[in-house]
Amino acid sequence: MILSLALEQLLNGLQLGVMLFLMAAGLTLIFGVMGLINLAHGSLYMVGAFACAVVAAATGSFWIGLAASLVCAAAAGAIVEFLVIRKLYDRDHLDQVLATFALILIFSEGARWVFGSFPLYLDIPPLLAGAVPLPGIEAYPLYRLAIIGVGALVAFGLYLLISKTRLGMRIRAGESDREMIAALGVDIRTLYTVVFALGSALAGLAGALVGALQSVQVGMGEPVLILAFVVIVIGGIGSIKGALVGALIVGLTDTLGRFLLPPLLGLVLPASTAGTVGASLAAMLIYIVMALVLAFRPRGLFPAKA
Amino acid sequence: MDMTRENIINLVLALLLLVVPLAASQMGQPFTVTLATRIAVLALAATGLNIALGLGGLVSFGHAVFFGIGGYAAGILASHVFSGEPMAFGFEGSNQMALIWIFAVIACGLAGLAIGAISLRTSGVYFIMITLAFAQMVYYFAISWPAYGGEDGLSILVRNQFPGINTMVPLSFFLLCYGVLIVCIGLFALLRNSRFGTALQAARQNEVRVASVGISPYGIRLTAFAISAMMTGLAGALYADLNKFVSPSMLSWHMSGELIVLIILGGTGRLFGPVAGAMLYVIFEFALGGITERWQFFLGLILLGVVLFARGGLIGLLAGKARHG
Repeated sequence: MILSLALEQLLNGLQLGVMLFLMAAGLTLIFGVMGLINLAHGSLYMVGAFACAVVAAATGSFWIGLAASLVCAAAAGAIVEFLVIRKLYDRDHLDQVLATFALILIFSEGARWVFGSFPLYLDIPPLLAGAVPLPGIEAYPLYRLAIIGVGALVAFGLYLLISKTRLGMRIRAGESDREMIAALGVDIRTLYTVVFALGSALAGLAGALVGALQSVQVGMGEPVLILAFVVIVIGGIGSIKGALVGALIVGLTDTLGRFLLPPLLGLVLPASTAGTVGASLAAMLIYIVMALVLAFRPRGLFPAKA
Repeated sequence: MDMTRENIINLVLALLLLVVPLAASQMGQPFTVTLATRIAVLALAATGLNIALGLGGLVSFGHAVFFGIGGYAAGILASHVFSGEPMAFGFEGSNQMALIWIFAVIACGLAGLAIGAISLRTSGVYFIMITLAFAQMVYYFAISWPAYGGEDGLSILVRNQFPGINTMVPLSFFLLCYGVLIVCIGLFALLRNSRFGTALQAARQNEVRVASVGISPYGIRLTAFAISAMMTGLAGALYADLNKFVSPSMLSWHMSGELIVLIILGGTGRLFGPVAGAMLYVIFEFALGGITERWQFFLGLILLGVVLFARGGLIGLLAGKARHG
């Protein structure tokens, strides 16, 4: 019984990690190639969730909604890149932080204007509803399992894209020497827009997938954004491999911490104290892990070349 | 002090912030006095951040943590006086602002040293994200720790006291905050022109050269970060007393962002930049907030405009580029 609960929490942690990877991969790609810190990444996550909820409600099909979330988030990303982000590449990080902070205000209040403050709901598609038995677990929600699958597929797809295709070659070249690849005749501005749209689409996909688990509402992107920051700081900013490892560390630490800390502390503290201390400690755990990683590896676990 | 254009503007801003509430109080408009108090307190918080960000070039995206710790120092000490339950070591808490400020400043100094010691090992984007993450850590702690209100926050039922002043009178409380602000701006100026301040600014401009003349940038930055934290914490204690309420939202990353926004609206590294920024911000909030509930949408547009097209902020527009000091 306890074992099955632990296994279930393990899978939940994996699912959170996979979802964080979708966010963190875009963030780290954008930073690696363009040197840009994008706080508005959480807004693109929100765009994806809203697009999916609205289109799914209109058409009755989650899958059309999911496609819409990819398209809308990528389009929103490309437009933002073209209008604003493009002017920020040669600015310092402070300007980038502020401009993208301003974008968050615009996106959040804009969404509240259009959709109101009440959350929208997105149903899990019938195909993935229900639960399946797994070894050691009586029944685990199929949808969460599917998210883990999607994340694994995306990770593999990104690996193929970056290491095997021409676009990926250009992205890697952009990461190691921006001036040189521009001098060699690659249209760097288009490349930047493509990378930004790709990162945005991944964020939108994450938003749509999570939207069916939670409610779709304004501000949903912000907590995830900060977790994704923790992920890429742990993993090493600019490294996709780091983002994957960091996402799994954060997802598992957070979920298992909340599950294990209160009972573990219960062994040494009275039950009521252990509950509150454990809950507080669990809420802080990933930041403590981050601080520990940075104390020994200030540039993260897989530092990308500067 | 020679009368450069910037000094004249500073003087005008300082007088404006003093005269308007005095006049408003005479005309029986306490709300304007409260707005002015809000400006003074936010300007103080941003002046603290300006030490790290403006002088040291340390883009801390987590200064709300110090603002919040200062606020909670006021809230927690006052709550023990009210409830009559002693704190640790039989200490009964306090409703004396002077004592609360000392606690707030010491707590923030220690927190600044701890956070700075780890964060300053990194630089650039890492520094931004790590300071953000530490602030989030304390934010989630405040939310999940039930003893002092948790998510609901903590009310200060009666505003804390200061000898010789009735702090419940809006104008008196404003004058107290204004006095603290002016003293701290004076400290900022002293710091900026001191040998320490010169080294700090030099480390921002060229770290390698500073190191090569035998000064450790790390030590200088850590000291500056702690001083910066203390000043922002003091502002937090005043802010809690202003609102008679403290909640985790004082620790939130939105607050950290707003503090940076105040500095940028006014002008980075400028002596009165935070004052100009806080004035603009509170006036936007009040004027746009009166017209539309969605004022943050327009704030976003304005901020975007300032970042993209008016990089010196308000003081930069009025007084021209900063002179290299």
